[in-house]
Amino acid sequence: MKLITAVIQPHKLDEVKSALEAAGVRGMTVSEASGYGRQKGHTEVYRGAEYTVDLVPKVRVEVLVEDGDATTLAGVVVSAAQSGKIGDGKVWVSPVEDVIRVRTGASGPDAL
Amino acid sequence: MEELNFGATAWMLTSASLVLLMTPGLALFYGGMTRSKSVLNMMMMSFGAMGVIGVIYVLWGWSMSYGADVGGIFGNPFDQFGLVGTIYDENGEFLIDSFGVPGIVGVAFQVTFAIITTALISGAIADRTKFSSWMVFVAIWVTLAYFPMAHMVWGGGLLSGDGPFASIAAPIDFAGGTVVHINAGVAGLVLALIIGKRKGFGTDPMRPHNLPLVMLGAALLWFGWFGFNAGSAFTADGTAGLAWVNTTSATAAAMLGWLLTERIKYGKGTSLGAASGVVAGLVAITPAAGALNPVTSIALGAIAGVLCALAVGLKHRFGYDDSLDVVGVHLVGGLVGTVLIGVFATDTGLIFGGGLNQLVVQVIIALVAIVFSGVITAVIGLAIKATMGWRVPEEDEVRGIDLSEHAETAYEEINS
Repeated sequence: MKLITAVIQPHKLDEVKSALEAAGVRGMTVSEASGYGRQKGHTEVYRGAEYTVDLVPKVRVEVLVEDGDATTLAGVVVSAAQSGKIGDGKVWVSPVEDVIRVRTGASGPDAL
Repeated sequence: MEELNFGATAWMLTSASLVLLMTPGLALFYGGMTRSKSVLNMMMMSFGAMGVIGVIYVLWGWSMSYGADVGGIFGNPFDQFGLVGTIYDENGEFLIDSFGVPGIVGVAFQVTFAIITTALISGAIADRTKFSSWMVFVAIWVTLAYFPMAHMVWGGGLLSGDGPFASIAAPIDFAGGTVVHINAGVAGLVLALIIGKRKGFGTDPMRPHNLPLVMLGAALLWFGWFGFNAGSAFTADGTAGLAWVNTTSATAAAMLGWLLTERIKYGKGTSLGAASGVVAGLVAITPAAGALNPVTSIALGAIAGVLCALAVGLKHRFGYDDSLDVVGVHLVGGLVGTVLIGVFATDTGLIFGGGLNQLVVQVIIALVAIVFSGVITAVIGLAIKATMGWRVPEEDEVRGIDLSEHAETAYEEINS
């Protein structure tokens, strides 16, 4: 099993969610995140004092998938989240040792 | 014995209530501007002033402001201690002033001014001041700085129409340019210097954590200020109406002036700038609300909006941490309003052919207010520094003063 983690622009969440649902994904975890990459931050001015805000709001989407689906689904996320501008985010895939469904105690791919 | 004027009395009770609302409004205005870890402490400094001064005022505050004169500087605190002799005449009837308003209603109106003036100072020393030291400071400062200043300007003392400068021209401070704003502004500057900078001032970002609170606070201040300025007519008449309209036209112009300054300097007009411009305009028109016309009020407001917007940058240039710009807004706005009365006053101002006398006397009362407030505040501030100390430990300041001073946090998570 794999964990797909995507840190994306907040306004792209709906498109990513729809695309994953259309690709057969039945669950995901979404959380608010903040950070920066090459985009760096932005400047805010309060009573003339300029502040560089380097941590900008992002959304983190996490999806557990079977090994064989990981590459395809990561691609689905990338194409749905892409605007071509700096700050679009990142998607990475990491191996997962085990997954257990809390309600039934089932583990492994059955728990997905 | 004066006859009771019901209209005037009703308006003065309303005005007193409006001005009292300004202090919780100030708590929101200041609270939104602090970081999220110190908003409760900031708001508690305003509420604390309401607690301390609400008690002190009826004990010796009124008497020191309006009691029997001592050397033109202050009223005798024992003359009407506990409001004995303020409320009833010898027959047990309510005393009525020359406007047909009971004396006790005057007390209601004036206590609210003492509270807001002292609460204004707290913005200069946000995020780092021991709550106990603040509460002690409030009691001493209002006694030694505010009551005497109110007496000097409004209670028949040195800076009033009965004082020595009145031979040049009668000083004009309609609702508190010297007593309230210069007084609090200077005190803020002096305390900021004595207490020192917040850790990270000038290097760490110290963004306002909740601008909607700031906007709400500014709105409440504007609303309450109608009691402050129109109530300072002491009756419900044309002067009150003039003060109301002048207050609004000056404040509107000041907001535009601040926004325009920001737009030119930084490319954007900000909500914090709009809220700050509102307060700058309210401050500037305060001493002048009864002496200008609505059009000259626009000019005064616009000048105040631009100058205050520029003045808030001074703390970064000179390196004093007047955290929420009490100096830039209240001292500068108070000076602009007090001094420019000499230019714009409808009867005696320079542009209306009144000559320089009014301008000279306005500069004099502003300077006296600066020196008086500066000296008294320095003495109190240094005395507290040497005894109780002003600052919370550095680790508490970093972790958040809400937690260390009040054992509370405003929000579930502390972000900054």
